[in-house]
Amino acid sequence: MSNNGMLKSSIARKVAMALSGLFLILFLGQHFFINSMSVVSPDTFNEISHFMGYNPVVQFVLQPILIFGVIFHFCMGLYLDYQNKKARPIKYVKNNGAANASWMSRNMVITGIVVLAFLGLHFYDFWVHEMNVKYINVQPEDPTRYYEELRQKFVDPVRVGIYVVSFVLLALHLLHGFMSSFQSIGFNNKYSRSLRGFAYAFAILVPAGFALIALYHHFTI
Amino acid sequence: MKLNLKIWRQKNAQDQGKMVDYAIDNVSPDMSFLEMLDVLNDDLIQKDQDPVAFDHDCREGICGMCSLYINGEAHGPDRGVTTCQLHMRKFKDGDTIFIEPFRAKAFPVIKDLAVNRSAFDRIQQAGGFISVNTSGNTLDANAIPIPKHDADRAFDAATCIGCGACVATCKNSSAMLFVSAKVSQFALLPQGRVEATDRVLNMVRQMDEEGFGNCTNTGACEVECPKGISLENIARMNREYLAASLK
Repeated sequence: MSNNGMLKSSIARKVAMALSGLFLILFLGQHFFINSMSVVSPDTFNEISHFMGYNPVVQFVLQPILIFGVIFHFCMGLYLDYQNKKARPIKYVKNNGAANASWMSRNMVITGIVVLAFLGLHFYDFWVHEMNVKYINVQPEDPTRYYEELRQKFVDPVRVGIYVVSFVLLALHLLHGFMSSFQSIGFNNKYSRSLRGFAYAFAILVPAGFALIALYHHFTI
Repeated sequence: MKLNLKIWRQKNAQDQGKMVDYAIDNVSPDMSFLEMLDVLNDDLIQKDQDPVAFDHDCREGICGMCSLYINGEAHGPDRGVTTCQLHMRKFKDGDTIFIEPFRAKAFPVIKDLAVNRSAFDRIQQAGGFISVNTSGNTLDANAIPIPKHDADRAFDAATCIGCGACVATCKNSSAMLFVSAKVSQFALLPQGRVEATDRVLNMVRQMDEEGFGNCTNTGACEVECPKGISLENIARMNREYLAASLK
């Protein structure tokens, strides 16, 4: 079978969805590590943020890959959902979905759209600001500016509230998505039980950590 | 028991169909669900009305012919059983029971609750078999040593009766559990390895052509499967498919 044929298959699309999801989870892990530095050591946070903001590999290779990954994961998710809805044109009059599947697994599109909407706000808050500082209203670089800029973003209680709610939805998305991605790429063996434990712990602890960091800056500024 | 039934009635594939209410009395808790429908049909025939069409055959849970989406679940609220093995003691006097056909674009309604599941036959025909030399020199299958663990897992996969409950219950109408069981039962055995590459590619291609949805690993199929076919089979088929695609 040609590669073209493979890309047209439902399994290949699910594998692509899973791999893009795992890539985003990897990114989420490193993002969480950097954010946690803002609580542990502001100097280290400034140092890493400056590196991430000015390293050409991060800026011109990894950042475009990340943006592509987000767009691909979202578009593929919506396309799969469109196909799935088409596969049952007449709905059941009575359907007891909760009897056999978790809420998270049945509502990945909803949690995904909320997380994407949050990403819009997050990009506006930090990425657009960075682009402005670096390329539009170019200002001399101050490698210590990041920590204060971060804290200023968490002054507004409404913004902090939106961030916390979004992290709850992210946790729900990951509670199904992380483990599901392993199933999609065919990983189901004696290590699956341990991996499931790790995936569930990651899905709860990392979003909870993001939320706590936002709340920490809000209440300590 | 006295029950209120809400049953999907549809004259033929072109008809729009609708839910129709029926009241039924004197239902024994020991009746199977299909026997309860038999009683209803007797009553309808005596009243000179069209009886409700539904699929059934062995009524022992092994043929995979019976279907029905009962109170929002494939094969009803019980676990590990087909509709013919579901008994009325699972319901209470005065209950309202919704009875609908298995819903999927690939399972069009023929009449009332009877659906056309020949899409599964076409998937099987695409690769769910082992080519055997029938010239008289066929090797005895028992002459090939097979680890007990593999033989057990192949047998577990082979217990799939192809009823379509996995498709009916999946929110995406995905047939992955069925197809993966049919792929796995051969993939785990040396006899099946010979045609493994073509089998998985052809069966998945046919599955996609039939218009089933994509698997999102909700696990609902495994829960509702009357034979307890495991999600492990789907992971195995994904591995088989990826390996076959790269060859």
